[in-house]
Amino acid sequence: MSEESKKIMFVMQKAPHGTIYPYEGLEFILIAGAYEQDISLAFVGDGVYNLKKDQDTSELGIKGFVKTYRTLDDYDINKIYVDKKSMEDRGLTAGDFVVDVEVKTSAEINEIMNQQHAIFPF
Amino acid sequence: MKFAVLIQDGPYNHEAGDSAYNFITAAMAKGHEIVGVFFYNDGVLNANKLMDPPTDDRNIVKRWSELGAKGVDIVVCIAAAKRRGIVEANLMPNMRISGLGQLVDMTLNADRMITFGA
Repeated sequence: MSEESKKIMFVMQKAPHGTIYPYEGLEFILIAGAYEQDISLAFVGDGVYNLKKDQDTSELGIKGFVKTYRTLDDYDINKIYVDKKSMEDRGLTAGDFVVDVEVKTSAEINEIMNQQHAIFPF
Repeated sequence: MKFAVLIQDGPYNHEAGDSAYNFITAAMAKGHEIVGVFFYNDGVLNANKLMDPPTDDRNIVKRWSELGAKGVDIVVCIAAAKRRGIVEANLMPNMRISGLGQLVDMTLNADRMITFGA
């Protein structure tokens, strides 16, 4: 990351396979990851399901992509925030996710959002 | 101010593209610069030149093309377009198909990135 790098946040707010937004969002994250910017991801609402371990999409007939989240570290993308209430409301804990996450309150995520140059919702 | 605009939903089904268009024209009227418009997700369907709505309604693709003719850079994501059957053969004039790197560039070149849809 250079001194001119800008803060860009991706907010995953939808469940992984009900719509294509999270999947195409992830494709964009991987491209943006090559630009040496200060990238962070926030998982809120049903978006927290994107990171859930042991997903099996074979019976859906939809290509799964949860494993791709494990490659984000190769792009130096390691600011991964999960909204505490969204996680707890869905009976999940940080141990249920495929990557290491920072569990934050909505107020904390809001504060981080306020520092961003751009925010992309998916 | 320099704005970039991302549109993530398709025409007619969602208001996102209408809101984006109204935002862009209002911003330009106030003297702001639009560094680019990017169609992603179902937003790529805004670029289909075969669109032929009833004549008593707005023609969304024609509206975008007129904006492109005024010099606004309108970019359609190639990966999202290929999924949805938008190719050079049915691409409306005054826009171009390119990669997501263009969306990153627009974002970095703009003071504000405004997203519509999703």
